[in-house]
Amino acid sequence: MSAAYDLYQEQILDHYKRPRNKGPLPGATLNARDSNPLCGDEVVLHVKLNGSEQVSDVRFEGQGCAISQASASMLTTMLKGLTTSELRAVNREALLKKLGIPLSAVRLKCALLSLHVLRLALGEPKDVRA
Amino acid sequence: MAKPAKVLLNVPAIKADFPILQRKVRDKRLVYLDSAATSQKPKQVIDATSDFYSRYNANVHRAIYELGEEATREYEGAREKIAAFIGAKSPNEIVFTKSTTESLNIVAYGYGLKGKIQKGDEIVGTVMEHHSNHVPWHFVKDHNGAVLKYVDVNDDGTLKMEQYDDLLSKRTKIVTVALCSNVLGTINPVKEIAKRAHEVGAICVVDAAQAAPHMSIDVRDLGADFLAFSGHKMLGPTGIGVLYGTPESLEATEPLLGGGEMIREVHLGRAAWNDVPYKFEGGTPNIAGAIGLGVAVDYLTKLGMEAIRAHEMEITQYALEKIGRLKGVTTYGPKDVKKKAGVVSFTIDNAHPHDIASILDVEGICIRSGHHCAQPLMERFDLPATARASFYVYNDLEDVDALVSGMKRVQEVFA
Repeated sequence: MSAAYDLYQEQILDHYKRPRNKGPLPGATLNARDSNPLCGDEVVLHVKLNGSEQVSDVRFEGQGCAISQASASMLTTMLKGLTTSELRAVNREALLKKLGIPLSAVRLKCALLSLHVLRLALGEPKDVRA
Repeated sequence: MAKPAKVLLNVPAIKADFPILQRKVRDKRLVYLDSAATSQKPKQVIDATSDFYSRYNANVHRAIYELGEEATREYEGAREKIAAFIGAKSPNEIVFTKSTTESLNIVAYGYGLKGKIQKGDEIVGTVMEHHSNHVPWHFVKDHNGAVLKYVDVNDDGTLKMEQYDDLLSKRTKIVTVALCSNVLGTINPVKEIAKRAHEVGAICVVDAAQAAPHMSIDVRDLGADFLAFSGHKMLGPTGIGVLYGTPESLEATEPLLGGGEMIREVHLGRAAWNDVPYKFEGGTPNIAGAIGLGVAVDYLTKLGMEAIRAHEMEITQYALEKIGRLKGVTTYGPKDVKKKAGVVSFTIDNAHPHDIASILDVEGICIRSGHHCAQPLMERFDLPATARASFYVYNDLEDVDALVSGMKRVQEVFA
């Protein structure tokens, strides 16, 4: 298979076509939104924390390319049950490993938008896409 | 397979002039369909720039020695060729800039902001302009209190000319419009637009970045007071652009850059400016770029602008027909190739334009995806982005066939 079909592997297309945890989340504790200025991909993330500061529910909304939206869907599946300090520890390597596809510099920005929005929700301004 | 083309241009011979078209991308033939972003360069242009650096590199208008005279002769020779190419009366009506963007900024700043525009004066643009013909006018609004008004587009991608009439008044000082849209390919009726602008005493500024490479332009017939275009979209080097202006318009415009070359004399605290066009060319100009653009103009003239236009109409017609047969694909802009340049923007159901571009890339096909620096137009059509294929002298019907089969692959992936 050639490179495009490396990019659009089954699990990416599956998450793009049938996104997990997509929709609004009333009463969410943490909310953030951002877009990629280059391409207009948009991700909104909602995280609900319970009394012991653990993720009890997570949802995303957004629109954009398959990579950005599959990445957001996959990210939400990694977060349930995590404590806030564990949320902060979710990094590029973890998300990229989950995605499991080779990414050019431009498409890396698509792939990392969801993580960037999670960081924004946690009040960490440093851009992980840089 | 493609039907044989009418012989308008000898495309195999043209392709052979472009070294980059001989390379492969991921073991596939390079199919370059992004000339609206930047064109490829023929060896004649590449050789001309390299020849300048190898044989007669010297600064222009200053050196008293042979190399400097040769450099000045070639640089000014390029100015003459460009003047003839667009029907200017004199080479003095041609200012070398770095890009269409710089050209439009000179007009907005030097004519608008620093000169002719007062609070409440109106500038009429259109919804389909490139950002480079939007943002400079925002500066004039912010600094001088100018009022900006915009002509909307019809659903078919043409301008609402009746609305244009309603927007014009005695307060209108500048009308600014693209001769050809970089997204829709629409060729706007600029001659008529300029005529109506002049009737209310306004000047007409023309963004010809997408038109100058593809069709014959006569600035006097159009009635343009200013007209801007870039070298790199018309087979020339990057970093060289042109601002045409009528003598009265250029005289009424203040320079953007102060420095060497643009002055007549300088004293502590004051200076007198050089004549048009030199007062706009502060600093050492892009000499190799100007010379390369002159050779690009020679190349285009030899092919013939009428033949180029006819060739692109044929390819565009073929593309619209073939793409039109694909279910789940939408194209934007006029469907009549007489009103449209070789630019086809499209979307495919369920596939984001960036994913379309990624999949085509693997097939060796270069197209553009995104908002094309025309966000107001994207908003008008309620689109986050489109994919865009654009054609030029080195494209043929087989390139369209490759595009269409790539689009089918996209549909398979996102089925």
